[in-house]
Amino acid sequence: MLGVPKERPTHAEQPPLVLLRDITKSFPGVLANDHVNFEVRPGEIHALLGENGAGKTTLMNILYGLYRPDSGEIYIRGEKVQIRSPRDAIQLGIGMVHQHFKLVLPHTVAENVALGLNGTPFWAPAKVVAQKLRELSTRYGLHVDPERRVWELSAGEQQRVEILKALIRGAEVLILDEPTSVLTPQETAELFKVLRRMKEEGHGIIFISHKLDEVLEIADRITVMRRGKVVGTLLAQEADKATLARMMVGREVVFRLSKTTCNPGEAALRVEDLYVRSDRGLWALKGISFAVCRGEILGVAGIAGNGQRELVEALAGLRRVERGRILILGKEVNGRSARAISDLGVAHIPEERIRMGIVPGLPVEENLILKKHHRPPFCWRGFLRFLAIREFAKRAIEEYGIITPSPKTPAKLLSGGNIQRLILARELSGRPAVVIAAHPTYGLDVGATEQIRQILLRQRDEGAAVLLVSEDLEEIMELADRIAVIFRGEIMGIVPAAEATLEEIGLMMAGEKRVKVEG
Amino acid sequence: MRRLGPFVFEPRLSPPRYIVFGVSVLAVVVALLAAAPVFLGYGQNPWQAYAAIGRGIFGSWPSFSEVLRRAIPLILCGVGLTLAFRAQFWNIGAEGQLLAGAVAATGVALFLRVPEGLRLPLMFLFGFLAGAFWGLIPALLRVKLGVNDVISTLMLNYVMAYIVEWLVHGPWKGPTMRGFAYTDAFPLAARLSFLPATRVHWVTLVLGVVMAVLIALLLARTRLGYEIRVVGQNPDAARYAGINFTVVLSLVMILSGGLAGLAGVGEVAGIHWRLRSPSHISMNYGYTAIIVAWLARGNPLAAIFTALLFGLFFAAGDYMKTTLGLPFQITGVFNGLILFFLIGFDLLMFWRVRLARKEGAWISQAGS
Ligand SMILES: Nc1ncnc2c1ncn2[C@@H]1O[C@H](COP(=O)(O)OP(=O)(O)OP(=O)(O)O)[C@@H](O)[C@H]1O
Ligand SMILES: [Mg+2]
Repeated sequence: MLGVPKERPTHAEQPPLVLLRDITKSFPGVLANDHVNFEVRPGEIHALLGENGAGKTTLMNILYGLYRPDSGEIYIRGEKVQIRSPRDAIQLGIGMVHQHFKLVLPHTVAENVALGLNGTPFWAPAKVVAQKLRELSTRYGLHVDPERRVWELSAGEQQRVEILKALIRGAEVLILDEPTSVLTPQETAELFKVLRRMKEEGHGIIFISHKLDEVLEIADRITVMRRGKVVGTLLAQEADKATLARMMVGREVVFRLSKTTCNPGEAALRVEDLYVRSDRGLWALKGISFAVCRGEILGVAGIAGNGQRELVEALAGLRRVERGRILILGKEVNGRSARAISDLGVAHIPEERIRMGIVPGLPVEENLILKKHHRPPFCWRGFLRFLAIREFAKRAIEEYGIITPSPKTPAKLLSGGNIQRLILARELSGRPAVVIAAHPTYGLDVGATEQIRQILLRQRDEGAAVLLVSEDLEEIMELADRIAVIFRGEIMGIVPAAEATLEEIGLMMAGEKRVKVEG
Repeated sequence: MRRLGPFVFEPRLSPPRYIVFGVSVLAVVVALLAAAPVFLGYGQNPWQAYAAIGRGIFGSWPSFSEVLRRAIPLILCGVGLTLAFRAQFWNIGAEGQLLAGAVAATGVALFLRVPEGLRLPLMFLFGFLAGAFWGLIPALLRVKLGVNDVISTLMLNYVMAYIVEWLVHGPWKGPTMRGFAYTDAFPLAARLSFLPATRVHWVTLVLGVVMAVLIALLLARTRLGYEIRVVGQNPDAARYAGINFTVVLSLVMILSGGLAGLAGVGEVAGIHWRLRSPSHISMNYGYTAIIVAWLARGNPLAAIFTALLFGLFFAAGDYMKTTLGLPFQITGVFNGLILFFLIGFDLLMFWRVRLARKEGAWISQAGS
């Protein structure tokens, strides 16, 4: 079915593309969707907002045929349907780009798109698809080379492939589950252009995000969910950030952080002339030096793929240092194991939280002690002490607001944002001396983002040295005391946040400006 | 969700225990049904054969004790394999590790000069160490050189089997055995005693059960057990948490191989009283233990019961041979079928099956 939706000049009088009525879905211990009503009209971008674990992904999984609702009805273009599998959903013209991509990395773009596509020839399906792909790419402004291999693509490009995959299967309704959390601001702007183009063509788009500014910019209507229920649906023109946040969280959310001036102490983390290689053996860091003092947040800004990941891994003891030195609390840690570094009081919030941040099959409480299971009070003479573990888990769940049916629930059953909270709770408890945070608020809702930022500031005020790696410039401007800009494995300059301007940082991120780095 | 005929399938991320148990029982039952034609091939009515076997085995204590005797090496090897599998270390080498234990025990029994009271304890000790050594090799090969564990453990089985062959045909060939490929018989102090009226070398049986309990405790309650579970479920997270793979996998394979080694000690000291050709000593216990561990889903305590089940199949094989005149190899057919259905039915655990509701349009009609 290599069809592309027909032109639809008027959308006003048509029945909604998608109508979900009274959808209810429960999992053991949670009511994920509670009589949810939701609709998408042709030519509309409908945003779905809600706290972590509110049930957004679950609702979309039901629409896409991954789960079956306990009760409720689904209407597509006015007709009542039963969607029993993604295949059914695709036949009905529904496409989904998941929170975590599902591409076959060693294959080319065209091969990935051809996979599971009806109506492709048995031999060399990718050839036929490549042609079609080029057509669609120009039509929607989705630029990707069909011959490239997926592992070479950036997150933004992979996402374009996912969208193309949906479009080529004839999707009229496109579900995007937190599409922007992996994108750079430039990539986000490009995605929005594509979405507007699709909207003009009469597609309906469901857009899930935690970033209120984005939602207000792109959406026509906004539906807010809380604890499985729909709180309300409003027009984007009539909405503002404060109202949306209040609807989501059920209380006022402060967007301005109360940040005191920092008074840095001695350097807790010092990096001298550091050289590190990437997975492919190229130089990822070419002689960078900086220091983070106690009571200070150093923000590392830069476009993804300029060496941030390698920097974080080297600091955490997960990547070999080829040259140069890393000093933590004055001790050289080159060649020390990840555990030795962690035991020195270094907290590490990893970028890839599902891949390395948790053990999906283990219960929440055992995930909470991943880094400290070998030390008292959790371990005594080689035995685990479950009372202490349970005690700690209860406190962490409470303090960090992790929504879970119980401490014994396997971590993989938590929603995306709650997994992130679990990791934060684990890493930030117990007064770390150095905090290395890679994208700590990825995928968190507004309330949680505010909370995590407060926690990072509190860590700073209590004397931790915080290294904050983020692509979210606003976050860095708001939290950091000094900002280091990284470009192609080199530091283009370190500037005090108070004096930095967005333009200056932007120029440095693009490698067009360099300022003198102090000692 | 998927559809098949009138059924719909919904993914289930973590199946509850009763489902796991039910699916396992189902696999065994279906395997028994699927084996029925084999009996027909020999002109026997399968149901009557099953009934006869059941009566024969459960009819008296001495005949039932054969189940226990057969289960002993399966418990020890199976428990060790559950540990390895929990760490995602594919130890296919219990067979070789068992033989290593048998060789070491024979060496102590025949050639070591020690007080007689110490002989059996030392046989167990050295048997454990030999199995552990044979298991440690592939662990180090994988951690240090990235050698595939399935291949290396499997290959080491052949190496050890040939070592045993060489010993019993060459240097250890017993002068009093007149040309047979045996070592000399063990002295009395190197033989295990039996439960009354049976041939069950109970010391090894008790050892197996104790080990199962200890390994279960190790996995659930200790720091090492925790690290094993983390390494097995998410190696990336284990690296991130700073868990030392060399230490964890080495200890896992020392224990896993060591337990198989104990099984080997039990076989030579409790049944044969000598070292002889590998196929006589082990009867593929090391391979059958893979199915034992799999059926137990990596739970060492459950492995006691699954080992008893396979002990029953082995005893049934003996019974078929002596009483019904059927070949013992039917046991192998059973074992293979059970593994086959287990793997096949695993799908069922991760999908919730429901009858599709009638009302509402089917997609094929509603869709364009
Ligand atoms: N397969 C499952 N089994 C059990 N519980 C589940 C399952 N999937 C989701 N849940 C639970 O249902 C609730 C809703 O989860 P869902 O993933 O829909 O949240 P979400 O709104 O997408 O949150 P986030 O913004 O964090 O991604 C959560 O409490 C989650 O733990
Ligand atoms: Mg979600």
